[in-house]
Amino acid sequence: MNTNPTEVRHHILSVLVENKPGVLARVSGLFARRAYNIYSLAVAPTNDPSVSRISIVVDVESAPLEQITKQLDKLINVLVIEELAPADAVQRELLIATVSVTTSGHDAFRSTLGTFSAQVLQESGDSFIVSLEDTPERLDVFASFLGSHHLAAIERTGRVALPRLG
Amino acid sequence: MKTNGGAALIKSLELEGVEVIFGLPGGAILPVYDPIIDSPIRHILVRHEQGAGHMAEGYAHATGRPGVAMVTSGPAATNIVTPLADAYMDSVPLVVITGQVGTAGIGTDAFQEVDTVGMTRSITKHNELVTRAEDIPRVIREAFHIATTGRPGPVLVDIPKDIVDPTNPNSAMDWYWPDSVDLAGYNPQMEGDPALIEAAARLILASERPVLYAGGGILKARAAEALTALAELVDIPVVTTLMGRGGIPDDHPLCLGMPGMHGNYTAVMSMQESDLLIALGSRFDDRVTGKLAEFAPHARIIHVDIDPAELGKVRRPDVGITGDCRLVIEELINAIKIFGTETQPDRSSWRSTLSGWQEKYPLTYEQSQTGELLKPQFVLEQLRDNTPDDCIVASGVGQHQMWTAQYWKFNHPYTWINSGGLGTMGFAVPAAIGAKVGRPDRMVWAVDGDGCFQMTAQELVTAASERIPVKIAILNNAYLGMVRQWQEMFYEERYSEVYLSPDLPDYKMWAEAMGCVGMRVESPEDVLPAIQRANEIDDRPVVIDFRTDAREKVFPMVPAGKSNSDIVVGE
Repeated sequence: MNTNPTEVRHHILSVLVENKPGVLARVSGLFARRAYNIYSLAVAPTNDPSVSRISIVVDVESAPLEQITKQLDKLINVLVIEELAPADAVQRELLIATVSVTTSGHDAFRSTLGTFSAQVLQESGDSFIVSLEDTPERLDVFASFLGSHHLAAIERTGRVALPRLG
Repeated sequence: MKTNGGAALIKSLELEGVEVIFGLPGGAILPVYDPIIDSPIRHILVRHEQGAGHMAEGYAHATGRPGVAMVTSGPAATNIVTPLADAYMDSVPLVVITGQVGTAGIGTDAFQEVDTVGMTRSITKHNELVTRAEDIPRVIREAFHIATTGRPGPVLVDIPKDIVDPTNPNSAMDWYWPDSVDLAGYNPQMEGDPALIEAAARLILASERPVLYAGGGILKARAAEALTALAELVDIPVVTTLMGRGGIPDDHPLCLGMPGMHGNYTAVMSMQESDLLIALGSRFDDRVTGKLAEFAPHARIIHVDIDPAELGKVRRPDVGITGDCRLVIEELINAIKIFGTETQPDRSSWRSTLSGWQEKYPLTYEQSQTGELLKPQFVLEQLRDNTPDDCIVASGVGQHQMWTAQYWKFNHPYTWINSGGLGTMGFAVPAAIGAKVGRPDRMVWAVDGDGCFQMTAQELVTAASERIPVKIAILNNAYLGMVRQWQEMFYEERYSEVYLSPDLPDYKMWAEAMGCVGMRVESPEDVLPAIQRANEIDDRPVVIDFRTDAREKVFPMVPAGKSNSDIVVGE
């Protein structure tokens, strides 16, 4: 099983849709029907509140991707679809986690957080809630670092992406 | 002008030019049924909501105009799911209006509540739950626009009770009618790319064994005349798929008839051996291609479709053109005329190959012996030869459908109505009724199977009470015939749950109970008189129970999963 989220089979679809009830269900339904797994998903309104951007990371070969892009384009509420090759996109995700660190390890832990530019959002005794916003690859590294401590909870957002400039 | 959502809905339908609604009222849709009393729109009260949907489909097939059905919430909405799926598969323009529980009740498991838009999302071109009365005229306008433009299809509009109930303040609104439709995410491309059309023209003119592969899109685009003109200009033969029958007249010398699993030998093999397939409004359906890897192995592909998602979905085209079939064909004709057809290769050996196959492998069957049951093909030939040339024929799904598609001569477009993609048993009776409502000037016959007939026969009560004189020929072989054929051929004659009985029910008595004329025909000499008698009846439906031979199988046949080259011509 391939668990590396930055594997090249992943494609990013950046889809502008009308900001209306049910639109996300239409979009995700198309993927579900063809048994394509959505790896990650992020949805939020754009600067135009009547339009939302859905960033979909999907794990498919290129030929079915073309078909699913065409099918997506047929949805009345879908306005624009852009396929971003990972190399051509600036990508970010956010990770937050609750970690317990033995008291003697606090200094080293804080120091490593510093090298990642991660933040401590809250701490209580030996428990920390930390956050990092970075590329998916860096988050993978950060997550494995956190995994070397006692990890109580970890959560990652879906990926957001925009085309690179120039 | 102050109005309410219910009155606005009916007014909107009137402004869309709707002349008939097929429907059945119930709790949630009740307020909309009140203004129907004062509307010029005809309402046909069906006996089951599935009937309303298929009638609307038959109406749309026969007229080219969108069919409209209106039903209530919950079980009515679930009953119309099958026609929606059917219309989606066969690209039939429908607008279906469903009642919904009041906005405050949505999501509470209210009486007769289902998530209609959620349930129908994947089987409609578009659907929408309207939540404000003032949105109704805009949504109806958009629904008709979406259903009828681009690749046609069903659109469902779900309307909560409170916004159409004049006694509820939520229904209050100011009347308006939008001047135009503004859908930023919907812009069907109608005209073909000129560079691609030129490339297609060059491929056609250079081809040695070309075939025009005409599908249902030809009829949806009202492109039958254009197709015939193109075929004649380049002198290229045409196959018409199950959904495209009548796209070029069957009596035209260039028409090869139907390809596919039960296509005739020449149509099937012409595609297999061609060096260029010109696919027009067809979608390389599995029933046409057989085993895909071995389909038309030497053929280059020109594919024209209004739906860009069809191009390359199954077979990658050498030239793929997105556009309306009629417009693209007309543009192709212009391009070909500019190049001139004189440079076309000599195709006389291709023509003689085709005519050799036609001569060697005609459709055949053996006439029944004295005392045997009728041959279904004989009944169809008699019906074909003793009805007007422009008679509209509807069918259900199964052996009778395939025999009709094979044996009928469709010399006029828009005369063949069947359920191709979804394969909906029970389609024939309501579809024929809808067609007759849309084309009262035409004779309309349904060819049905006994299994199919039992699924939707109750709509003959609708037809009798509304004086819609359709004629039904049941090819009654007492079996689910196509299933029996597969069990005989592929399951070692182990007949599992396919026997129905020839006389339970008694079809003649059943027809009479429903207000129709009922007849039973058991011997060949009685076939023609029964048809003639039926043709003369114009004030009520007629049902003829033709007792046919269950041993008869549909041939030719390309067994499922096999290459078209493995076509079985007969036993």
